[in-house]
Amino acid sequence: MSQQDVFVLTETAGDALAEITLELLGAARAMADATGGEVIALALGPAAAAQSDAMKGADRVIAVNDPALDQYAPAESLAVLESLIKENTPRAVLIGSTSSGIDLAPALASRLGSPIVSGCVKVNVVDGALTATTSFCAGKMLADVEIPGSPAVLVMLPGACAAAERDGAPQVEMRDNPAPVAEKRVVFEQMIYPEAGDVDITKEEVLIGIGRGIEQEDNMEVVEELARSLGGQLCASRPIVDQGWLPTTRQVGKSGMTVKPKCYFALGMSGAPEHVEGMKDSHVIIAVNTDASAPIFEIAHYGVVADLLDLVPAITEAIREKTAC
Amino acid sequence: MKIVVILRQVLDLVEPLEIVDSETSLDYDGATFVVNESDDHALEQALLLKEADEADITALGFDFGEIDNTLYAAAAKGADRVVKIPFDGDTPPSSLSVAAMLAEVIGPIEPDVVLVGCQAHDELDGALGPLLAARMGRPYVGVTRGVEVGDATGTLRVYKEFPGAVKARIAVTLPAVLGVLAAEKPPRYVPVSRIRAAMKSATLEEVETGSAALEPGFVVRRMYHPEATGHAEMLEGSEEDVAARIVEILAEKGVAS
Repeated sequence: MSQQDVFVLTETAGDALAEITLELLGAARAMADATGGEVIALALGPAAAAQSDAMKGADRVIAVNDPALDQYAPAESLAVLESLIKENTPRAVLIGSTSSGIDLAPALASRLGSPIVSGCVKVNVVDGALTATTSFCAGKMLADVEIPGSPAVLVMLPGACAAAERDGAPQVEMRDNPAPVAEKRVVFEQMIYPEAGDVDITKEEVLIGIGRGIEQEDNMEVVEELARSLGGQLCASRPIVDQGWLPTTRQVGKSGMTVKPKCYFALGMSGAPEHVEGMKDSHVIIAVNTDASAPIFEIAHYGVVADLLDLVPAITEAIREKTAC
Repeated sequence: MKIVVILRQVLDLVEPLEIVDSETSLDYDGATFVVNESDDHALEQALLLKEADEADITALGFDFGEIDNTLYAAAAKGADRVVKIPFDGDTPPSSLSVAAMLAEVIGPIEPDVVLVGCQAHDELDGALGPLLAARMGRPYVGVTRGVEVGDATGTLRVYKEFPGAVKARIAVTLPAVLGVLAAEKPPRYVPVSRIRAAMKSATLEEVETGSAALEPGFVVRRMYHPEATGHAEMLEGSEEDVAARIVEILAEKGVAS
């Protein structure tokens, strides 16, 4: 191991590696090829360790075989990460901008006294200098930063990097927990899954996505009419769910569902990265927004600069007229 | 229960974002600010906890943007104490600096729990919550969508959100710091008349800190608006013309006949 290595904190999703982990491994591979170091994947807990062979792009996997790390265990995970990183002093540690990752990364940087950069969409090593591009202000701004210190903690946005193409399973080193935590002040109790009964928006062919542009709950009728005319279902970005206008089962994005419908209407949605993450692979995206510079128009196939409250009734009417013919 | 809520001002993203000439910072001069959305949810979460179980709420913010209005609104909603940390920078401090300032002011209050939004759209150097928790030596759970008083004394039951509308139920022993994504209910509305009344009745305390500004561990070389790598085919014309074209597109794509 060397100070040019790049560590990747891996995550699982169900019985497989999380997609973000494959992306992190891809980014780490490119960095390590530039530094001359190795890509070392950190698998915390038996569930992650079981996916070691799938960690393409990694030279080696350090797997910590402690079941306490399988579930959300921030103190235990931090202690292990701190121990492994201090032992190996890599150039950078890549962590996904996920529910667990955004909790862990700043705390880890704080413990290590390391620089941390959030929202990274690109990382590079050029002539030994580590640089990153970070996205902020809901995707409306980018900043190029240079990070002189190490190990740098880089929090990567999902969807920003391609998975590594390198074949072959990495060498796996199984370890006992190097830093067990005696006092448990955060105790995972159980996972709570959404109640059956609502529609499964991941299986719908037509989704009408609602953002802040809907303005108020009374206006939901306008988009419900469009959904009825198309035989589609409503879904939303997080602010609408936070308002209680739709249930969490209808939330699309980072903390909601990932959908790939035949057609996705993005109505009054700005296109924040957290939302785009969940719908960018829809076959046809039609976006309506009053702001011509809204990032949603960069990923939509068709766009209209308009107030959804004016345009949507016209679309509904046109569909009904066509259907009646 | 003693609760501290952190409130921050951030740029209103509805307005155009300007960059200073050096291209290393946003231009905050004359900008429009709003309360950080998840901080607003953190306040709501505190108010819900107070309604469920007696609690004393201190709302705390550093002086950037229009923080006075935000703190008075917190008082109008039910915060028992509102405190401002003086700050005279032209740009918001790094998350590291904010964590240091807050830890210094929060320490003597000895709260059972600190509630802060789990994210702000201008945090380049990490989320504030875990940095603050690390500095205070307290456990942290972020991305919460619900907090209840726990069965055991001195605990909270926290619901942490994961993808797929899945939540983890977690028991947290106090004192702790929680990063709120959303409260169980939307932030309550408070009429302007009550905020004005709070401006007259509430005392906005100021607490100085001795914390030196902490620079993030990176150097911003360039800040810029993203260049579109792709762009939608824009549909123009009257609402009827655009609607008719969308119906054609749906038919072409096999979505509607």
